[in-house]
Amino acid sequence: MLTYLRRRILSSAIPLLVVVLGVFFLARLTGDPANLYLPLSATQKMREAFSAQHGFDDPLLVQFGDYLAQLAHLDFGESLRTAQPAAEAVLRAFPATLQLAGVTLLLAVAGAVVVGSLAAYRPNSPADRIASFLSSTAASTPDFWFAIMGVLVFAVTLDWLPTSGTVGSAAWVLPVATLLIRPFGVLVQVVRGAMVTALSEPYIKVARSKGAGERRVIFKHALRNAGAPTLTVAGDLAVGLINGAVVVETIFGWPGIGKLMIDSILQRDFAVLQAAVLLTALTIFALNLLIDVCYVLLDPRVRQGAMA
Amino acid sequence: MSTHEKEAGATGRAGLLRLLAADRMATAACAVLLLVGLCAVLGPPLLGDLAREQNLRAVKLRPFSTGEGWEFVLGSDSLGRSVLARLVVAAGTTLSVAVPAVVLSLLIGSVWGMWAGFHRGWRENVSMRIADVILSFPSLLLAVVVLYVFDPSIANLVAVLAIARIPVYLRTARAESAELRGRLFADAARTFGSGNWAIVRRHVAPIVLPTLLTVAAVDFCFVMLTESSLSFLGIGIQPPDVSWGLMVAQGRAELRNAWWTVVFPGLAIIVTTVAMTVLANWARIAGDPAQRWRLTTPKRGRTPRGRGSVPDSAAPPPGRPQPQQTGSRERTAKGTSHGEAPRQEQP
Repeated sequence: MLTYLRRRILSSAIPLLVVVLGVFFLARLTGDPANLYLPLSATQKMREAFSAQHGFDDPLLVQFGDYLAQLAHLDFGESLRTAQPAAEAVLRAFPATLQLAGVTLLLAVAGAVVVGSLAAYRPNSPADRIASFLSSTAASTPDFWFAIMGVLVFAVTLDWLPTSGTVGSAAWVLPVATLLIRPFGVLVQVVRGAMVTALSEPYIKVARSKGAGERRVIFKHALRNAGAPTLTVAGDLAVGLINGAVVVETIFGWPGIGKLMIDSILQRDFAVLQAAVLLTALTIFALNLLIDVCYVLLDPRVRQGAMA
Repeated sequence: MSTHEKEAGATGRAGLLRLLAADRMATAACAVLLLVGLCAVLGPPLLGDLAREQNLRAVKLRPFSTGEGWEFVLGSDSLGRSVLARLVVAAGTTLSVAVPAVVLSLLIGSVWGMWAGFHRGWRENVSMRIADVILSFPSLLLAVVVLYVFDPSIANLVAVLAIARIPVYLRTARAESAELRGRLFADAARTFGSGNWAIVRRHVAPIVLPTLLTVAAVDFCFVMLTESSLSFLGIGIQPPDVSWGLMVAQGRAELRNAWWTVVFPGLAIIVTTVAMTVLANWARIAGDPAQRWRLTTPKRGRTPRGRGSVPDSAAPPPGRPQPQQTGSRERTAKGTSHGEAPRQEQP
């Protein structure tokens, strides 16, 4: 198990490094921050002083070396905008996104398992067709449009929910629903497909003929085997949630990491952008690792391969 | 053997069209996509001027108000532009981003993937790591950064979307070709002196291609949605042009008194993507000989009619919890003559 984990960590560390590297250099291509932070009338001298103060006048490779050295000391640099440590800004925004994404993913997986299993239990029944159609529609709905429709109906017309903010449970409904719609649609289809396959396997017949109750057959025998593909897709969707978070946080003014990243790109706030990307990449990395461990727990065949 | 020949006949163009016509949902999806394609091709030259024309007497007209002319049947926006004309023209912009992006990523990803899977070893490992890197990074953020560095032109948009989606095809093509290279027919071709590329082109590609095309159809939806999200965020299609995502963004300010400027472009996106998904699902089943019988077996409740190439024995008994998959599984089991005993003939 430990060897397996070590191998996984090593092989996922390379993508992580490349992402950090890529963001560092790409961000520096977006233009000179001096143009944005100094007044238009700033003299050449002021510009040079600004660059020197923040180290932007060094060659790129030297800057990158400095950055790595700082990282090793857990120093993520300072925000250009607020002159606060970048780590602080990122850590302040991170929980908001994490809560949003966590609640969404939990609801999506739980809901999809229920709906998908029900649909798969009687393939081609009216319930199955409705579920399939609705889930494929949900999977193809643009989240920003859904969010605006939600605002139009529930905030503007009915006045039941606030248009933005994070205070109170009512404020959570629209952001979570918006973030939920696509992952839910995709997951229902995956669970349904996996359950249809699992329910037609010989071991289901064996379980039935040994007198296992329907509930046990579905939840113990079929669902466990349908779990692996569901997990894989859920992991991919978690990466996609960051995409959704950018949109949702922009629309609803949610003070999370997606909004922070968009803002720092627009403001050329390199330190904050790098810290935010690094944290996001680390989270995704940890999540993938968690999913791998879940695989091992779910499937004895993988367990054996992992031990060997 | 005879059933095989018959099935091969059913894959011909006429046979596929007949299959398509038999499935009402797939036919409707096909019609929707044809309409969107037609709008994309004919819209800009025919309605381009109308979409830009501002009619100050017709500001924020409600849908179905035809007093100012037929073009305002879907209402007008705050500048008095026809929503209908803009929708039609936007179809062109949207497709001019989505189609090249999908074709590019499909071509590059599948060739690369088949090459990597066929050679195994370090080529495979390096390719998969590259795919991991791209996939582990949220594509929207990648697009935001790249489009901010380079200008948000259509060409850059296509490039970003293509790069972000290459790994999807790369992974699929690699997995399939890694499995196919060990098959008997690949060995046979090698024995007869075929070069690597020839084997990939003539023996691997034809088998992998249907899967890849299905993936591409599903991916088309993803690319379209990403493009509209980017346009919505203001870093995709830029204002003199018009795309569905951009229309939603522009209508957002008028949400309180002109909801139709937001609702219709969104509906256009949904209808197009749903149609594409339905058609992709249909094509996957129609393209798989082991599953094609599902499209030709009469639905439950209708009286079964004999239909040419469909062996009735494969038709599952209605009302059982697990009929669908069992049927197709056992048919393949029959074909390869191992596995469990075939189901008995149904009356």
